[in-house]
Amino acid sequence: MSPPRPESQLRTSGSLSRRLTLRLVLSAAFLTLVLFFVVLAFVRDISQRTQDSILLASATSIMDSLRVEAGQITLDIPYAALSMLGNVSNDRVFYNVRKDGEVLTGYEDLPAPSQAPSPGAPSYATEEYRGASLRRVTLARRLSLDGGPADIEITVAQTREGQTAELARLTRWALMMGGGFFLVSALIGIWAAQSSVQPLHALTGVVSRRGPKDLRPVRHAVPSEMAPLVQSLNRFIERLRVSLARSEDFIAEAAHRVRTPLATVRAQAEITLRRVEKAENRASLREMIRAIDESSRAAGQLLDHAMVTFRTDSLERKPVDLDGLARDLVERLRPVADLKDIDLQYSCAGVSPLRGDAILIQNAVRNILDNAIKYAPSETGVLIDVRQGPLDVIISVTDEAGGFPAEEDTAVLTQRFVRGSNAAGTIGSGLGLTIAREVAEAHGGKLVIEPSSTGAGACVSLSFPLR
Amino acid sequence: MRVIVLSLALICGAFAFCHPAQSFEVEEFRRFGPEGAPALKVLSTTDTEVLAPLIDSFLAQFPGLAIEYTTLGSADLMKAITRPPPGQSDFDIAISSAMDLQTKLANDGYTRRHLPESPAQMPDWASWRGHVFAFSQEPAALILSRAAFSGLELPKTRQDLITLLRRHPDRFRGRIGTYDIAASGLGYLFATQDARTSESFWRLMEIFGGLETRLYCCSGQMIEDIARGDLAIAYNVLGSYALARTDLADRIVVIEPQDYTNMMLRTAVILKETSLEKEAGAFIDHLLNAAWSQSPQAAYPFERYPAASSRQSAPYRPIQLGPGLLVYLDRLKRARFLGEWRSAITQDETRGP
Ligand SMILES: Nc1ncnc2c1ncn2[C@@H]1O[C@H](COP(=O)(O)OP(=O)(O)O)[C@@H](O)[C@H]1O
Ligand SMILES: [Mg+2]
Repeated sequence: MSPPRPESQLRTSGSLSRRLTLRLVLSAAFLTLVLFFVVLAFVRDISQRTQDSILLASATSIMDSLRVEAGQITLDIPYAALSMLGNVSNDRVFYNVRKDGEVLTGYEDLPAPSQAPSPGAPSYATEEYRGASLRRVTLARRLSLDGGPADIEITVAQTREGQTAELARLTRWALMMGGGFFLVSALIGIWAAQSSVQPLHALTGVVSRRGPKDLRPVRHAVPSEMAPLVQSLNRFIERLRVSLARSEDFIAEAAHRVRTPLATVRAQAEITLRRVEKAENRASLREMIRAIDESSRAAGQLLDHAMVTFRTDSLERKPVDLDGLARDLVERLRPVADLKDIDLQYSCAGVSPLRGDAILIQNAVRNILDNAIKYAPSETGVLIDVRQGPLDVIISVTDEAGGFPAEEDTAVLTQRFVRGSNAAGTIGSGLGLTIAREVAEAHGGKLVIEPSSTGAGACVSLSFPLR
Repeated sequence: MRVIVLSLALICGAFAFCHPAQSFEVEEFRRFGPEGAPALKVLSTTDTEVLAPLIDSFLAQFPGLAIEYTTLGSADLMKAITRPPPGQSDFDIAISSAMDLQTKLANDGYTRRHLPESPAQMPDWASWRGHVFAFSQEPAALILSRAAFSGLELPKTRQDLITLLRRHPDRFRGRIGTYDIAASGLGYLFATQDARTSESFWRLMEIFGGLETRLYCCSGQMIEDIARGDLAIAYNVLGSYALARTDLADRIVVIEPQDYTNMMLRTAVILKETSLEKEAGAFIDHLLNAAWSQSPQAAYPFERYPAASSRQSAPYRPIQLGPGLLVYLDRLKRARFLGEWRSAITQDETRGP
């Protein structure tokens, strides 16, 4: 059983930083747009005012040259009145002077304001004239002539090409400014989004870098918004730690509680067997001892398997000396082998230490070695070989037990509680190969079952990758 | 007698356009270039012979093109464009020495924009809005009779002239000539520019008035009278015309006053109705190139004045193209200016303002 991969199973609802980035960029775009239009309106207003004020200056200077001489209105338009308009832009200039609506001088057909402007308050308008858009200002003044009052209106107008060109230039400039503003604020937004999810990444790093058995609470400093999350996480870790401690205790307790009375019962049965004379009683006692052995072994295997499951869930990786471990195991099992006159041969060409859980690896190897001794007939040999491959360390156990049953799938035999057809009459629970496979897989390695090179038996090997 | 024809064109032009008239008077018509070729129709106040070399050198570059060159007075030119008689075909280019009228044509929308090919060589005051293009600078000069000034120092400035006239009033009485600015558009242009530039203009006019100044319609007659010795001083005569009279060179002195010399700019515009826009543009470019390029062309008929320094170097003042010129075309302004001028030059107080 491999540890679950949270990232593949977790449902995600979008990315926080992407969402943040998107919002910041969108608001930057919105602000840019607002800014652009505000600047545009401002610039338009300014350039309109500029043109208006120079038109007004021109009209005023014409108005100032107005005289009444001998009851006649005369006008001496200053040179500057029109030349000043020519100095600011290359636009066409039109003007006229009306007295009571009748044109005294200037362009006859120049549009006049529909409503006569009141004296002192110039009227401005934008109009079409001779195929061009005009800005015009009209000034009014009341003069008293011999015949009574006369209303004088002075209109000065200018085409708007210069203004339009200037506006286009300013609009381009505003567009560039807006683009730059957007770019900068978008970059700042992206940076802000990145840096605000940064503490999350940091916390993730802190938590996932922990060793499998590290169940201390998280002490990493986090922003206050994340403090509740870390507090919950810490409470959760605490609960986990408590419950793990409890189940570890439970396994140890269960092993102890089952094994100890069984050993007592077996010892009592042996003693009784020695005392009992009657053949049938002896037979049934032997049968009893065998059953006790079987259940003690089954209990052991079950506990072993439970232990393996538990330990692989949080695999501990420490340097393991496979050579020493295997040599030790061979020596411990040699008495059992000797009972069947099985010769255990050990060879090792020297291996580098692998990183893993020594207890698990020892358990796996012992189960394989057990099988080899158990299924082999007496007076055969078992070869234990530890060697180093290019990427892994391999321990293989070769026996002369006739091999795995040909008709059965070895993959199925490594499943829990599955026993082969050749297992009839041997004590076993069908968990040995399962334990060996699970341990190998927990270390990233594998269990390989193949016929031995001589064909006399099987070669079962475990490989553990070095990296 | 090119100069006389030209001067005639100028007087006839003077403000006749104000009065409605059905047709205009053509002085001369000549066709350049191959028969049957599409022709650029040029209306001009400049004599055909003056521009003929430039036209020929232009047509040499455009073999498939012809030019129909019509000369007429500046007012007639204005009329032909602003109030064309029914059935008149459209003209492509107008060339005129009346800067104010050319400016008005452009201002009132009768012209077309053109981007000159090599504008770098051209001073920026030589064009207005990309519509009006100047291709000559011609000074308003003081023409003196060599004979009348024997034993006298020649005046270099208007102040010199004023001093001279004050010192020898009898020597010059009745022997001063200038344009009748009511009849001559060019005279009016020069007088208004003088009035705008310097207060001494009115003083000079007062003195002229006191010395029974004779008024002329045109520069040709004035130059002839100077050469003949009838006149001692002619004021504000177009220097280019005087210099063109090489036959009189030993009898007249052309002075460009050193206090300031107004420079009239001969200008060309492309007319809005043109159907040969590209060719018209090329012709304008040809004129501008002849006028402003570094290397002088043999075909260019006018004196070349330094373009770059004209604005800064004090005496030469090219008259500024632009809406300012429209001011003096104003009916009331003109009436008032003419009134003042007349009262100064004729010493007749009753007619003054
Ligand atoms: N060394 C071996 N030689 C032949 N058969 C084997 C060997 N080891 C295991 N087997 C077969 O694989 C089956 C599963 O083995 P295992 O999981 O160890 O269970 P058990 O040994 O308790 O039966 C065995 O029942 C047996 O049939
Ligand atoms: Mg087994």
